[in-house]
Amino acid sequence: MQLSLGPVLYNWAPDRWRDFYFRIADEAPVDVVSVGEVVCSKRSPFFAEHLPDVIERLQRAGKQVLLGSLILVSLRRERRQTEELCASDGALVEVNDLTCLRPIKGRPHAIGPYVNIYNETSAAFHVRQGAARICLPPELPISSAAVIAAAVPQAVIEIFAFGRVPLAISARCYHARLHKLSKDNCRFVCEKDPDGLALKTLDQQEFLTINGVQTLSHACTNLVGDVAALREAGIGSLRLSPQDCDMVGVARTFRDVLDGRNSAESASRRLSDLYPGVAFANGFLRGKPGFSFA
Amino acid sequence: MELICPAGTPAALRSAIDAGADAVYCGFNDETNARNFPGLNFSRDELRNGIAFAHGRGARILVAINTFPRASSVTLWQRAVDDAVDARADALIVADIGLMDYVAKRHPGQRLHVSVQAAAANPDAIAFYVEMFGARRVVLPRVLSVAEIAEITRETACETEVFVFGGLCVMAEGRCSLSSYATGKSPNMQGVCSPASHVAYEETALGTTSRLGGFTINRFAPQEAAGYPTLCKGRFSTAHGDGYVFEDPVSLDATTLLGGLRSAGIAALKIEGRQRGRAYIESVVRHFRRALDTIEQGSEADIVSLRPFTEGQASTLGAYRKTWR
Repeated sequence: MQLSLGPVLYNWAPDRWRDFYFRIADEAPVDVVSVGEVVCSKRSPFFAEHLPDVIERLQRAGKQVLLGSLILVSLRRERRQTEELCASDGALVEVNDLTCLRPIKGRPHAIGPYVNIYNETSAAFHVRQGAARICLPPELPISSAAVIAAAVPQAVIEIFAFGRVPLAISARCYHARLHKLSKDNCRFVCEKDPDGLALKTLDQQEFLTINGVQTLSHACTNLVGDVAALREAGIGSLRLSPQDCDMVGVARTFRDVLDGRNSAESASRRLSDLYPGVAFANGFLRGKPGFSFA
Repeated sequence: MELICPAGTPAALRSAIDAGADAVYCGFNDETNARNFPGLNFSRDELRNGIAFAHGRGARILVAINTFPRASSVTLWQRAVDDAVDARADALIVADIGLMDYVAKRHPGQRLHVSVQAAAANPDAIAFYVEMFGARRVVLPRVLSVAEIAEITRETACETEVFVFGGLCVMAEGRCSLSSYATGKSPNMQGVCSPASHVAYEETALGTTSRLGGFTINRFAPQEAAGYPTLCKGRFSTAHGDGYVFEDPVSLDATTLLGGLRSAGIAALKIEGRQRGRAYIESVVRHFRRALDTIEQGSEADIVSLRPFTEGQASTLGAYRKTWR
């Protein structure tokens, strides 16, 4: 089974962002790395100068690089950016919005977790259009994932296996709203929260995480204990989504379980040490509320 | 502009048409539609009779089959498509790409509308649906401004339809798993959002607390009216204080924008609320019929919003006027 690293979803300082990927290239036992700003097009210019170096370093380290597309495309500038991305060669595009499908039709590409593929006929449609990898929507239960994996054996089916789960995308920026700023003049306040901004209930129960226009879970997905079931379901890849923690350590922990060098229990304890103070969740996999963990 | 009204029951369907709806949208009473609430929606017979009633009065029926089929049960959704076509539905409103492919191949003459749940938010995404499946109309997400809607409509080969009244999704529709994170039930899979089965109210000295799936969504002072705990409309706590983090509890009322929407070239206006009662439907439809007729006569006088029917008696122009941009 492959391990893949999803794109950094938070607004990290550009140098830190670059150094993160350099270390992933050098040390993380992942097969696939998806890069690029997928949440907010306003952030993209900051990473642009580092992107070629990051891609080259990852590819030289033997990683397959995917270029993630923007999740919600509405402005003219965003449409142009998406079209240019789809025209690029050298790396597979990871499609996060259907805007990409027309320009990319017939050419191999990957599908990210923001495209709605809930069943085998939709998966087969995307494979006919050229999808070689599909990361399924995080809310999909394993029973559905198994049916999809069996229906499209020619594609690698991936499951969101570590990190806070992306739950919603909006045109409106909640970081800007909370700071009483307009979206156009947001002063990039989301950079103050490299692991997202905690949203609690009025009873101070941990609940969600704000990341600009994106809303994620508070709980961190942890499927390290579900590896056997995922293998049985025909899942070919596990996605690790970067959090503000030692992601090389997280990747090694998953790799050790995949390779039979560590038990799930011990690995879960290790993940708690690497990303302390955040509850784990795997409820979506069993068709239960997403926050729950069994 | 076509006025499209919701109906959760045959009675509401008749009321909407009698009150001046050009078209009514409805769904089957199962998980194939995105308002899968107990006691709501149509049996096969009810739909056939509803369509006959509508056609007899020159109105159209649009059938929403707009959840995402469950893996290994896709035939249930395909059967809904076949039955709606058999019943002579004027259009099918579909969200799932595999199901659109089925409609285009199996029923090539059938008019297909792209559901708001399909998240087509720009001309490129819309063009994909038009070229791939011959879609004739797209329902635009409620995240666009009137200027953006006008631009999309100019660049788009099919008709565009927008929501003008009712509940307001603050997140991009069809791309939200907030409800299933808290309850295990989602709009995309089960056709429900923040379902009543997972709602609880608790009276304490502090007032009424509303919960969804065990999470506190809001708390109301004793004299405050307690609203329904739709997740994204809740009051929460962050380092920046307590409040409505995503959206205030308001609903959409674009009555005052009808003239602008008409100039933008919009083909159809949609009222949200298949879960609403007959009296509500009748009043809201009459209001919009009158407003539309006024505008068609070239006058924008007397166009006022419909305050008494909006959530918490508070309405918004939503993203149509992006005051927060």
